[in-house]
Amino acid sequence: MLRKKYITGKVEFEALKGIDLTVERNEFVSIMGPSGSGKSTLMNIMGCLDVPTTGDYLFDGINIRTLSSNALAEIRNQKVGFVFQSFNLLPYASAFENVEIPLLFAGMKGKARRERVVELLASVGLADKMANKPTEMSGGEMQRVAIARALANKPNLILADEPTGNLDSLSGGEIIKLFIELWEEGHTIIIITHDSNIARQTKRTILLKDGRIDDGNGNGHSAK
Amino acid sequence: MRDFRKQKKRMTLTILAIAWGSISIMLLLAFGEGLKSQMLNNQRGLGEGISIMWGGQSSIPFQGLGKGRPIRFTSDDVEYLQRRMPELRHVAGEYTAWGTNIKYKDKIFSERVTGVYPCYEEIRTHYPVSGGRFINNLDMEQKRRVVFLGDETKTKLFGDEDAVGKQVLINSIPFMVIGVMQKKNQMSMYNGPDAACASIPATTFAAIYGYQYFSLMIYQPKDISNSAAIETRVYEVMGAKHKFDPKDERALSIWDVAQEAREFSNIMMGIQIFLGLIGGMSLLIAGVGVANIMYVSIKERTREIGIKMAVGAKRKYILIQFLMESLSITAVGGFFGMSLSYILTEAFKRIPIQSDVLDFMGRPTVSTEIGLIVVAVLGVIGFVSGIFPAAKAASVNPVESLRYE
Repeated sequence: MLRKKYITGKVEFEALKGIDLTVERNEFVSIMGPSGSGKSTLMNIMGCLDVPTTGDYLFDGINIRTLSSNALAEIRNQKVGFVFQSFNLLPYASAFENVEIPLLFAGMKGKARRERVVELLASVGLADKMANKPTEMSGGEMQRVAIARALANKPNLILADEPTGNLDSLSGGEIIKLFIELWEEGHTIIIITHDSNIARQTKRTILLKDGRIDDGNGNGHSAK
Repeated sequence: MRDFRKQKKRMTLTILAIAWGSISIMLLLAFGEGLKSQMLNNQRGLGEGISIMWGGQSSIPFQGLGKGRPIRFTSDDVEYLQRRMPELRHVAGEYTAWGTNIKYKDKIFSERVTGVYPCYEEIRTHYPVSGGRFINNLDMEQKRRVVFLGDETKTKLFGDEDAVGKQVLINSIPFMVIGVMQKKNQMSMYNGPDAACASIPATTFAAIYGYQYFSLMIYQPKDISNSAAIETRVYEVMGAKHKFDPKDERALSIWDVAQEAREFSNIMMGIQIFLGLIGGMSLLIAGVGVANIMYVSIKERTREIGIKMAVGAKRKYILIQFLMESLSITAVGGFFGMSLSYILTEAFKRIPIQSDVLDFMGRPTVSTEIGLIVVAVLGVIGFVSGIFPAAKAASVNPVESLRYE
């Protein structure tokens, strides 16, 4: 039972009001729900960026409540890859430098690191745009850079928060194709989306409403 | 750091402020250093580590003798003090005759003539210009009629002419000039400047003028750090010979030049600290500027901090990143400031101006010590102005900062 309360000033807001959810390794899950339903909060907790107010979240069998902020940072670095709606690339850094950042935090050294960056950017089809800055790329290209960055340290979990929200349908479709390929390669993928077309391409859809999982019966394990 | 690219103008201004602060602290310290070394140099004109002693009057009855007896020194006292106090390196006495006529060819001047000991060369810095010499032991033993001229006296008598080897008449008695004193800055003096004086061997002086008593005595301890204890001992030893109470402070009066030099060096230290503080203030203000730019920069880069945390940056990394930024700003500004100050002081040293003001003020000097002090102050300011903003950056909540626009 996960609960998350936000206290901003005198206002207390409960974003998650009791969530029970298990995601298996190599699942392909989408989370849907209207805005304010707690999707992003749930994703932040699953990505170890945030901790629940009450309840336990087990990541790879480890209760993240017991971990220090350094250990959480390490999990985010090694085992989780984030993809955001607004890409969240560093604007002044090139595609190459953006992808390099998680490898720097992982302590990877010189030549191996550069080779890994080249390999990652090639795998998302951006071998020729490595020196480009975000402002010199299209939305689809920026999202590919973000995916390459998310994959940098070979994480088992990819979390995508409306990854196609800022893209046209064509490049959005390509991004979803990329996620399907990654799932087929063995990654666990969780996509937050508004778009039921995208949800339909995943193997399981979870509906969130008002901080709770909504499947009509109150059962969180809705399978498709 | 590539993160600097964003705010060039503000960065440049802050670096300028740091450079300006470094220049002011550096130049003020350099000025203090120049002043100090010049002052010490001027002080050395009288002599280093010496004490000058005059006879007074006894003021306490002692061993059945009444008070009010004058205490006066003879050449016996020099020998006696040397024998009784091996902790003294040099002991000397000085006879003084005011208004003595010195004549060379048709020029006659009335000058002060002193009868001195050979050790004056060292303890009273009577160094001869090359080609001449000072009075030596043989001159003393043989009571030679030789004279060592102060540089001003020499110029008055001889002008540009070479004086060494020439004869002058002192009160109509011929003396041979054996040396001329090197020009020196003399800040403190008794009786008058050494430059306007003529010195002859003390023995010769006594023989010619029939003086029995020295006008003063000078001693130089081997270890000048303990001059107060030596002074007490001198009172005891002289008291035993001249029969006065060693606690009778009016029997002798002693000018402890070494002690004065120490006090003076403390005053100079105080002045330097004061100058350093003034310079430090302006650097501190620049440090506030650095802290300010760091706070603004963190606000603007909240999202960047969030992104970095999302991909696995530990809080320590964020802390170090911002700390390094503020240290780099201070390092760059400090480097410019210090280089410029160094160039300025070196340039000032090379300007060939001679003036009496400079003889007293000295010229600004940058020492290694000053460099290290400024670097240390810069380091502290860079660290302090960076650590608080950096700690703030590292405590940012990653979820909120990712939402931050």
